[in-house]
Amino acid sequence: MAENAQTQGPQTTGHVWDETLQEFNNPLPNWWIWGFYATIVFAITYWLIYPSWPIGKSFLPGVFGKIEYTNSEGQTETWHWNTRAKLLKETEEAAALQKPYFDKLASLPYDKISKDPELSSFVVSAGKPLFADNCAACHQSGGGGKIGSYPNLTDDNWIYGGTYDKIQETITKGRHGYMPPFAEALDPAQIEELANYVLSLSGEKADPAKAALGNQLFHSHTAACFYCHGNDAKGRQDIGSANLTDKVWLWANVPGASDQAGKVAEVEKVITGGLNRGVMPTWEGRLKPEQIKLLTVYVHELGGGK
Amino acid sequence: MKFSHEILETNAGILLIGTMIAISIGGLVEITPLFLIKDTVEDVPGVRPYTPLESRGRDIFVREGCYTCHSQMIRPFRDEQLRYGHYSLAAESKYDHPFQWGSKRTGPDLARVGGKYSNEWHVQHLNQPTSVVPESVMPNYPWLAKTPLDYSDVADRLRALRTVGVPYSASEAEYQANVKQFGAEVANTLRIDKAQENLVAQAQAGNYDGDRSFVSEADALIAYLQVLGTMVDFSKVKPEDLVKYR
Ligand code: HEC
Ligand code: HEC
Repeated sequence: MAENAQTQGPQTTGHVWDETLQEFNNPLPNWWIWGFYATIVFAITYWLIYPSWPIGKSFLPGVFGKIEYTNSEGQTETWHWNTRAKLLKETEEAAALQKPYFDKLASLPYDKISKDPELSSFVVSAGKPLFADNCAACHQSGGGGKIGSYPNLTDDNWIYGGTYDKIQETITKGRHGYMPPFAEALDPAQIEELANYVLSLSGEKADPAKAALGNQLFHSHTAACFYCHGNDAKGRQDIGSANLTDKVWLWANVPGASDQAGKVAEVEKVITGGLNRGVMPTWEGRLKPEQIKLLTVYVHELGGGK
Repeated sequence: MKFSHEILETNAGILLIGTMIAISIGGLVEITPLFLIKDTVEDVPGVRPYTPLESRGRDIFVREGCYTCHSQMIRPFRDEQLRYGHYSLAAESKYDHPFQWGSKRTGPDLARVGGKYSNEWHVQHLNQPTSVVPESVMPNYPWLAKTPLDYSDVADRLRALRTVGVPYSASEAEYQANVKQFGAEVANTLRIDKAQENLVAQAQAGNYDGDRSFVSEADALIAYLQVLGTMVDFSKVKPEDLVKYR
């Protein structure tokens, strides 16, 4: 082999290292050369279709790959191929396919929507990914919520109201429940009495004597709980003050407490510290009105719509 | 002397210089036009530099390596637009040094996470992601809300960003220019001389981590997350105008 290489002198590059080490200069195989030419042809075709070479302050936009879309004035516009134009066109095409459904959704009053089987199945299939992308992080995948933080949307218990209009208002504008802390206004004994009263309201076990004192406090101007929770303690949906007479708890984790002292402590914690954590974000601007209407129906149908 | 391959191949120094020239040609051809072409950065209103608190939050984002699992770049594809919102604009990261576009999505894109969740949710989520998203594989960051934010050098950090072109103001004239460009309220947050004061004020007013007793790293990080992707009001931008910036 080494012998052979030396006799083929003219086919080396002529460089010699370490006395005998030479570099061959064989022609490239034909398949490789043609492959190379093919890439050149491909590149030129590509330049003709897609934006490519810069020219001064502009660039060669490509001649064949034009994209047609409708602008916000409703006129048809054409622009050279780019991903944004392509997206705009695809979005318009998809919107056109969904338009009959969304038009129907927009025109029908809420109570008719759930009675229309075709529209109902559209709401479920389009609402599911919307809910998963935007709501599930808080209200959990099935809408079951999380005690201590996020309300359950599948039951018929509503803080702000379970009618279509109220749910739409909640999603559009967001909500922020506020209850002041009573750590300074009331002493620990009073807070304990109130906690017992609150527990007694929903049929939980409570110390009767303390609950009776709590009842007075609740309706007095010292604690003034009735301002927000109402005389009947059923809460006011306009300010989202909880109904204290049912067995549904959101902030005080009474069902999770292991013993009576734990239940009292959970309610005391809410009264002492107040509540300012209930923030439901605003979706106006992030979601389109028709998406909000769709989600409203979706949430309403999750279980407990009124 | 006749030029031959042998000169390059037998002189390491000349080979090195030759290689550098060859590579620079490639680089220049690709990069220079971007500085010349007019339509690379969209002309949209609303984009402003980060406030001192948000800027420190961004530093923590980088320190914790959030970018290794989260991108901040919504590409102009339909599936991404449906899930994350409007595609990202070049203008939206014009004050990012370095930008956080990222290339890996183990978790979701964060380019428009601002305003999507409440501060409270972010506190719970950073502390223990599985507490709110049971299927999450994101690690816990329980130290963020417990660690006081070191903001002693925040003015120096803004000064460093100013040298690379972010309009934090170091003089009355620069401040006035910012008032003109961003309005007085924003211009005030860009004053380097008031950086610490502004940082503390924003953390107090925003109460991001729900604890006003000290400014924590979570305060800064959440302030940053809550502003991501919220600066441009897309109801005021026509989609076909953005098409023309490409
Ligand atoms: C950042 C967490 C979070 C996200 C995300 C979120 N919510 Fe909420 N949502 C809340 C909280 C907290 C409340 C309770 C507010 C309160 O009681 O003060 C709430 C309340 C509600 C209510 C009112 C419940 C009632 O009983 O009156 C509805 C309806 C609702 N959310 C729907 C949605 C929908 C639909 C989405 C998605 C578009 C969504 N939420 C996304 C946190 C969130
Ligand atoms: C300023 C109005 C206001 C006052 C006064 C007020 N509350 Fe509340 N309370 C609320 C609101 C609003 C909520 C629900 C917060 C939310 O959902 O974000 C609430 C929630 C509660 C809860 C939690 C219920 C649950 O589901 O876990 C309890 C318990 C409670 N209040 C008891 C009281 C007691 C006792 C008093 C009097 C000492 C009182 N509240 C005074 C507004 C008020």
